[in-house]
Amino acid sequence: MAFLEVKGLEAFYGHTQALHGLDFELEEGGITTILGANGAGKTTTLRSICGMVRNNGSITFDGNSLIGKATENIVRLGIAHVPEGRGTFVRITTEENLRLGAYTIKGAKNIADAMDRVYNYSPRLKERRNQQAGTLSGGEQQMLAVGRALMLRPRLMLLDEPSFGLAPLIVKELFEILRSINNDEKVSMLLVEQNATLALNLADHAYLLETGRVVMSGTSEDISSDEAVRQSYLGY
Amino acid sequence: MEYFLQQTLSGLANGAIYACVALAVVMIYQAIDHFNFAQGEMAMFSTFIAWQMMQWGMPFWLVFPVCVVISFAGGVVIERVIFGPIHNAPVLSHVIVFIALFSIFNSLAGFIWEFTIKPFPSPFPEKDVLGTNLIAMHELGMIGITLVMLVMIYLFFRFTPIGLAMRAAAANPVSARLVGISVKWMLSLGWGLAAAIGAVAGMLIAPMVYLEPNMMLGILLYGFAGAVVGGLTSPGGAVAGGFLVGVAENLAGAYVIGSELKLTFALVLIVGVLLLRPAGLFGRVVVNRV
Repeated sequence: MAFLEVKGLEAFYGHTQALHGLDFELEEGGITTILGANGAGKTTTLRSICGMVRNNGSITFDGNSLIGKATENIVRLGIAHVPEGRGTFVRITTEENLRLGAYTIKGAKNIADAMDRVYNYSPRLKERRNQQAGTLSGGEQQMLAVGRALMLRPRLMLLDEPSFGLAPLIVKELFEILRSINNDEKVSMLLVEQNATLALNLADHAYLLETGRVVMSGTSEDISSDEAVRQSYLGY
Repeated sequence: MEYFLQQTLSGLANGAIYACVALAVVMIYQAIDHFNFAQGEMAMFSTFIAWQMMQWGMPFWLVFPVCVVISFAGGVVIERVIFGPIHNAPVLSHVIVFIALFSIFNSLAGFIWEFTIKPFPSPFPEKDVLGTNLIAMHELGMIGITLVMLVMIYLFFRFTPIGLAMRAAAANPVSARLVGISVKWMLSLGWGLAAAIGAVAGMLIAPMVYLEPNMMLGILLYGFAGAVVGGLTSPGGAVAGGFLVGVAENLAGAYVIGSELKLTFALVLIVGVLLLRPAGLFGRVVVNRV
């Protein structure tokens, strides 16, 4: 059984059905990306995994079924979600944001170690530790969101459009940090991105979504060399 | 001059109670975006419970903390049983439930303990402070206990992990759940705290206004005025607003409008602030980009 296995996933916003029977899986240690145009259902997929939308079907994480579980309990199983728009707690400090990330971690030493690890990945966050989080730049807030996710020592990290609204150089830096986190911390990743080139560069596997269904899947090499994908999503 | 000082100090004492009510109202408002119209009746009911315990022979120093704990538990239960299920319901549903709760507590208190007024003992001696007649011991006690309680609450929210989690749950519930915080339980905790604060306010004011089911009506209004004046997004502002309203109401009543219009004064204050500066003195103006 795969680390994360999704079968026949349907998701609903009120009466509108956003996902129509999604099937995909993720192996432990890997980075998988979900690509697709606006409205394809990428964000909905991540939200379904975290129990944030009404859903049907089967989602299994490391043998545990996630359907019907509350978000806060799914998180405690070791899944960290870096939400669309970063979800920063804007009125408290950078360090308080990170401390909140460690809400489920016991032990002051563990929390301090986790915080040191995050500051190692981003010295700039350490500089701004006592600054109000809402005054950080976009790139810094994105790094803070990733850091906050890292604080709960996740086995799986869900990332929703981390490159959104960031300058290319910052994005490059961020994605390098993501690669390190995947390598050194052994955190598997499920990445939703509109920037297909970036995503395919980082990920091993990719799924292509269109209006709530998987239309293509394969390794990153296969997907990026596919003619149709190149024309529609990669622009060449 | 002496008269002015007396009015100001007793205004501060009343203001302490309004500050407590204002704080309780703002705490719940920050959590669920709705005004708890039943806050005063909950406090009144708590005070009756305290009175009953004293009738059974328990000493005041024991009754006070026991009543606070019972009220805390009551607040949690009310949130879990009544307001949790209607969390996503429209405003009107909430307003109706609040009014229903108001009526239920009021009638229940009247049914159990009757509507005749009862004296409520003060834990403080009857004498004047330092031999002057500027302020009574009980009034000083009101200010003192309120300040101690407010400091404890501030420290709780500022420096404990649960306090941080409660602030996070109110500020951004989605992100809070994503770090594993049970927003549902943080809400219940908030209600418990608000109920406990209300109980303290009730027990402190009862010696002065006498215990009866309608005793908190006017005080709730002043508390609302304090919350509005201070700003609904700022607990600190609500406290400041409560003290301000207390002093202003007393001075206005003493020098300008006479004591019959003091309650009207509170209403005028609420309407005036909402018209001229809706965010209150210390509140944040929320700007939404469209």
